[in-house]
Amino acid sequence: MSDAILQVRNLRVYYGTPGNPVRAVDGVTLEIGESEVVGLVGESGCGKSTLGRGILGLLPDGARAAGEVLYDGRNLVTMPQKAVRRMRGPELGLIFQEPMTRLNPLLRISDHFRETLEQHEPNLTDAEVRRRSLETLGRMGIPPTRFRQYPHEFSGGMRQRIMIALALVLRPKLLVADEPTTSLDVIVEGQILALLADLKNNFGTALLLITHNLGIVAESCDRMAVMYAGRIAEEGPVREVFAEPAHPYTRELLRSTISLDTTALHSIPGAPPNLIDPPPGCRFHPRCPSAMSVCNQLEPIEQRLEDGRRVLCWLHGPSDRIPPGGGRPLERDAIGVADEA
Amino acid sequence: MTGTSLRTYLITRLALVVPMVLILLTLVFLLLRVAPGNPIEAALGGHVPPSVVKPIEHRLGFDKPILTQYGEYLWNIVRGNFGTTITDNRPLSQIIAQNGAATLELTFFAMLIAIVVGVLIGLVAGRYRDTPIDIGGRLFGVFVYATPPFFLGLMAQLVFGVWLGWLPTSDQASPLTQALLQTHTNIYFVDAIWDGNWGALWDVVQHLILPASTLGLITAGVFIRLTRVNVIRTLRDDYIEAARARGIVERRVVFSHAFKNALVPVITVVGLNLAILLGGAVLTEETFNWPGIGHELVLYLQDRDYTAVQGIMIVFALVVVAVSVLVDFLNAFVDPRIRY
Amino acid sequence: MALGRATKPIREASGIARVMFWSGVTITLLFVLMAILAPVISPYGFNQYESNGHRFPQLAHPSSAHLLGTTVQSVDVLARVIYGTQTELEVVAIALAMSLVVGVPLGLLSGYFGGILDRILVLIMDAIFAFPYLLIAIVIAFVLSTNSSIGGGILTAAIAITAAYVPLYFRVVRNHVISVREEPYVDAARALGARPRTVIRKYVFFNVVQNVPPIATLNAADAILLLAALGFLGYGIQPSQGAEWGYDVSRAVSDATNGIWWTGLFPGLAIVLLVTGLTLVGEGLNETINPVLRRRRFGRFEFEPVPGAVEEAE
Repeated sequence: MSDAILQVRNLRVYYGTPGNPVRAVDGVTLEIGESEVVGLVGESGCGKSTLGRGILGLLPDGARAAGEVLYDGRNLVTMPQKAVRRMRGPELGLIFQEPMTRLNPLLRISDHFRETLEQHEPNLTDAEVRRRSLETLGRMGIPPTRFRQYPHEFSGGMRQRIMIALALVLRPKLLVADEPTTSLDVIVEGQILALLADLKNNFGTALLLITHNLGIVAESCDRMAVMYAGRIAEEGPVREVFAEPAHPYTRELLRSTISLDTTALHSIPGAPPNLIDPPPGCRFHPRCPSAMSVCNQLEPIEQRLEDGRRVLCWLHGPSDRIPPGGGRPLERDAIGVADEA
Repeated sequence: MTGTSLRTYLITRLALVVPMVLILLTLVFLLLRVAPGNPIEAALGGHVPPSVVKPIEHRLGFDKPILTQYGEYLWNIVRGNFGTTITDNRPLSQIIAQNGAATLELTFFAMLIAIVVGVLIGLVAGRYRDTPIDIGGRLFGVFVYATPPFFLGLMAQLVFGVWLGWLPTSDQASPLTQALLQTHTNIYFVDAIWDGNWGALWDVVQHLILPASTLGLITAGVFIRLTRVNVIRTLRDDYIEAARARGIVERRVVFSHAFKNALVPVITVVGLNLAILLGGAVLTEETFNWPGIGHELVLYLQDRDYTAVQGIMIVFALVVVAVSVLVDFLNAFVDPRIRY
Repeated sequence: MALGRATKPIREASGIARVMFWSGVTITLLFVLMAILAPVISPYGFNQYESNGHRFPQLAHPSSAHLLGTTVQSVDVLARVIYGTQTELEVVAIALAMSLVVGVPLGLLSGYFGGILDRILVLIMDAIFAFPYLLIAIVIAFVLSTNSSIGGGILTAAIAITAAYVPLYFRVVRNHVISVREEPYVDAARALGARPRTVIRKYVFFNVVQNVPPIATLNAADAILLLAALGFLGYGIQPSQGAEWGYDVSRAVSDATNGIWWTGLFPGLAIVLLVTGLTLVGEGLNETINPVLRRRRFGRFEFEPVPGAVEEAE
């Protein structure tokens, strides 16, 4: 993909602990094209949010990143902190799961906008700041009369609109949205998603939509990446992935969602693995219904399928790397499965 | 909309003052009037013939039933009459005007020092958590907190007064200044400026430095701890991360988001600490022979003058209540959430 | 087991909190030791001004005969400092025990049952809490020392200090009970028909009491300061009954004008050290128990070399 605005290559983000580090993101490669909407799905605790923040260089104390996040030919991971900071806002935006606490309660909405615009475009006049803020807010459905109000005067859905406007007022090329609707009710969720889906038409902004809701992805994304235990299990166009999931995890994930023709609830047995000491071989093998004997011995090698999808699963080869007999179903002791569950 | 809700809040808050004042006044009454013993005998120094005690008892109304006394006590306070001392027949209003002014001068400058020193160290320590700056700031905080004002004052007198001879160690001003300075407010600092008497002002400031620094530093210990904790807590708030995600420079994130928000609860604590400051003022005044209301309290306690002690306690109670109201009002103006 | 659970955060505490806590414990234990061994290690009695018929010199400089000098009454300063430890710890222990015995049950009952009693108690306690506690203690010590048969002494000082701290314990315990009361497990116990007594004893009490140690330690530090302040103003321990540091400093104020430093410096330093020790213990406890202040330890780690590069298959 040559028109990618952001290329993540082999990104690792580890959190320090008194023992071994938590490998929250462990070798992720992902590209996002101009004006593209990419969905990032997976169970909670699989590293989705860490990846989203890692792209913007926002890491908590004790965490470090390695690998490449290429934007405009420059690697954000190795860039000086100061330069990364300057890119946050005008180039890369981030909105969060919980809008209620993301605005400073002591500042008016207008103060938030003024601060943000002045930071990145110091030459703007007051009138210009006001015009641009109101224009962006207007597109998000916030009337100008409320510009001077305080955050506590708005509902959760309104605050998320304000957060989005606050990110978009700088016209970033990419917006990372970390479960932006999880804390909102269904109607508001629909409204916010509609706004986000329209980003590329209205602002030409690409979107990385982090969510655990597959319905949202099917509805609004061009491509999707499925993350499991710090790695991308499968990545490709939404239509293909939904029609014929290549990775057993994707398949199980799709089966566990509810749709109109759901007759019984399906769930994936077991829980996501602990990321301090992940299972050897393929990290999904303890829970995988199709696991082969190779899966708990060798780490799978990423494969590119004919339709352009990438998969990290031994089922798709390469067959010359599977040791003799590795294709047999994995024999596991019942205790091991029970342990994971 | 904001106007009316703010007004409702303020009125509600003012209504809460009444029970608080009543409770404090009742406690003072219970402690000093209902407690066993004869206050007049105590004041006159033990066994005095009834012929001497009775007229005084009658004048002060101590011979009436206790409930009547309580009613009169409250009614007098409502009228602004806090009583007259037994031992030297001085109206409390005079003590408030003269000695209260000295206390005000001392506590004002002490508070100023406490806020500047305490909040600054607390902010820096919280921001640079776990660095040597933080450890140094915290140890300083623990240390000044652990030092009684009279001990710090004593050491300050010894070093700056006796050994170095830089500053006076007692009184509010030198006798000459006291004699020459015109009285406008009884606050020497203000009076000296009022008259443009710069020589007197210099004298007053010199007398003020040691007591105000002593009381101020000791109060600063509490502010350091509190400000630091609030900065640490605020730096974890979600809107801090959100501001960073918008690429706001760290300096600005720290100053206009973290520090500002961390200081809101500090306002309350500064107010609450006025109580501690008043306690400390009694000790500081005693150490530096500062003619404040606390110094008078100690004198009247030694004289066993119950009405004087009672009157001074009433003054303290009213000041404490007034400050707590003031703090809440201030909070309402700073924090928009409270207004609703 | 309960002890193990209570001390777990201390054992797991990191860096500075740990150092603070253990240096505080060390200082405090040294003072406790000094109090216990006072008769053994003190060169003279706290009230002794002569030895073998020879009166000690007045206001003597620190020397080999009197390591920390003597006071205007010819009493050895070191002896007063050492015996002072006994007085301080004794009074503070009694005062703390009394404030806990009064404040904690009141807070538990008020918080658990709520209602009109709770409201009245809260109103009264809040009013007292807002008042400078030094003044409360002074007035109570004053009234007790003039009127009652108790007179000035350890018990008077302890009662005065207790009165100043009861509102604090009441508030802390009550507010905590209110939050614990709504916890699902307490609700469940009530729903199962447990009697209030049982619920308070088994569920609420132990949860609430966990909060008491850091507060009590910080309070002990504060109580030392309060006792010293009472002593400084002449409402603490009578000089003949025992040595008290605050009183000694008050006597030293007039010495200071003549440049005599040892009568005030040493008792004052003793106050500062003991209060610092107790404060460090309390702060250390606080920092390890309070999740806001607790800081997780981050280990250092290195990234392993990049795992096998992405391979493309046709």
